[in-house]
Amino acid sequence: MGAEEASEDARELERLLAEDGRVEPTDRVPAAYRRALVRQMAQHAHSEIIGMQPEGAWIESAPSLRRKAILMAKVQDEAGHGLYLYAATETLGVEREELLAKLHAGEQKYSSIFNYPTLTWADVGAIGWLVDGAAIVNQVPLCRCSYGPYARAMVRICKEESFHQRQGFEILHTLARGTPAQRAMAQDAVDRFWWPSLMMFGPPDADSTHSARSMAWGIKRFSNDELRQRFIDMTVPQAEVLGLTLPDPELRWNSERGHYDHGPVDFAELARVVAGDGPCNAERLAHKVRAHEEGAWVREAAAAYAARHGHQGAA
Amino acid sequence: MTTTLVPGSARALLALGDDALLASQRLGWWISRAPVLEEDVALANIGLDLLGQARGLLARAGELEGRGRDEDALAFWRDAPDFRHVCLVERDQRDFGTTMVRLLLLATWQRELYARLAASSEPGLAAVAGKAVKEVAYHVDHARAWVLRLGDGTEESHLRVQRALDAEWPWVSELFDGSWLDPEVVAAGVLPWPDELRPTVLGEVAAVLARATLRLPDGLADGLAPEPGGRLRGRHGEHTDELPGLLARMQQVARAHPGATW
Repeated sequence: MGAEEASEDARELERLLAEDGRVEPTDRVPAAYRRALVRQMAQHAHSEIIGMQPEGAWIESAPSLRRKAILMAKVQDEAGHGLYLYAATETLGVEREELLAKLHAGEQKYSSIFNYPTLTWADVGAIGWLVDGAAIVNQVPLCRCSYGPYARAMVRICKEESFHQRQGFEILHTLARGTPAQRAMAQDAVDRFWWPSLMMFGPPDADSTHSARSMAWGIKRFSNDELRQRFIDMTVPQAEVLGLTLPDPELRWNSERGHYDHGPVDFAELARVVAGDGPCNAERLAHKVRAHEEGAWVREAAAAYAARHGHQGAA
Repeated sequence: MTTTLVPGSARALLALGDDALLASQRLGWWISRAPVLEEDVALANIGLDLLGQARGLLARAGELEGRGRDEDALAFWRDAPDFRHVCLVERDQRDFGTTMVRLLLLATWQRELYARLAASSEPGLAAVAGKAVKEVAYHVDHARAWVLRLGDGTEESHLRVQRALDAEWPWVSELFDGSWLDPEVVAAGVLPWPDELRPTVLGEVAAVLARATLRLPDGLADGLAPEPGGRLRGRHGEHTDELPGLLARMQQVARAHPGATW
């Protein structure tokens, strides 16, 4: 593509963004816009499917059949979210298989939060309440993202995430009003997941590599720190309803700012976990790669069958 | 609809509820481990259907039993010898071919059974079966589609699914065993004799296997499964050594907190 065409693409995108319009798969866009979207959407899709593991580990041990059903449905939703997002990314001309290969090779990332272990049943509640809560704050603005297929996928995903967040809250609410051991389990889970949840919003604005450009392109609507603050403001009153404490002694309402003040997030820890040195990075990726490799014979069989029998095949 | 309490009904519902519960428990392992993402969704969906059936059946079994046990008391506070499912569903299934062959066998049997139970004289059972018959029809379709792809896919998949079928086959006969069933339960129209389902179920399975180019196990070609007797009998509470491990995992959280609500 010549420089002239490239700058024409850039002008076309600027015009669309100025009108708050949506970019559709048939529109010509600058290569860098496309790359930024692929990077973010792939990371988002990968987060959904890697995120199936920490909670999926508790499906077999859920303490009541009702909770087991809710958890199975939730992890199934996450697989479904992965599917919508991979499909949305395919509209940019990248196949799911290619994205999975990059995930498996460690060339594309997923959310750092899933590199923390789920040690007790209460962690399922804490993930629902805090992790899905943070995800919603991150994702609701994406429903207005400049790329149409991504924005539309997010509308549906956010509805389900909001349901998951309420389910997580309800798990903790029940535990917090249960036996002393259940209450202790709930508090411990919140203690462990609070700070990693705040890290889900990414590095502080000053250090965020991709933020400024993503905001200019209408992929991102609010900064990392704005979203983090919004999550804290939303979550503190909910913790009070639960009767659980958040592990930050500096957390207090600041009436001047109209926000909660909070202690410093350990961004060095975030950097370590993102770089691969979290408690479960190796385990999560190995689980995913193993499942993929062990399923190769099944995918090969399906392809061979389809080649031989066409669409009428297995129906 | 009659609501006359037939002795032995509770035990019959318990057995069918346990079948669905244990099958669901094994499928739960697959979620996040399936060969393709669409299959994570499908296996979770099938597992959820089975879990829903289990909850309905166990809850009703508890009511009929009249000892104050609800679905969770039955799922989490019974020990291995008190479970009454067929051994087919309790064994490990970490191979996708085994999972699909087993699902084909189970779902084909359940579809035939639930279709009849929709008219059971036991209203709770009829209600669960009436809903579940549509669910298991989908499970049959799904399992059949995969058994065809695997059987008639690659040389490797053919060998693997044949091996899975040969390993599952000896466990099939228990589905048709009625030695555990109180004759009064059958006479009262709660349940049919399990043996009555044999020709239809095996006929349907045989048709799928033939189309999948798989070798029919001994006895299937002429509509017979191996006779029960040589194997452990789950319906009588005699299980494989894989059940205690499964139960330990399923029951660990609930049992660590007696009296707790979740």
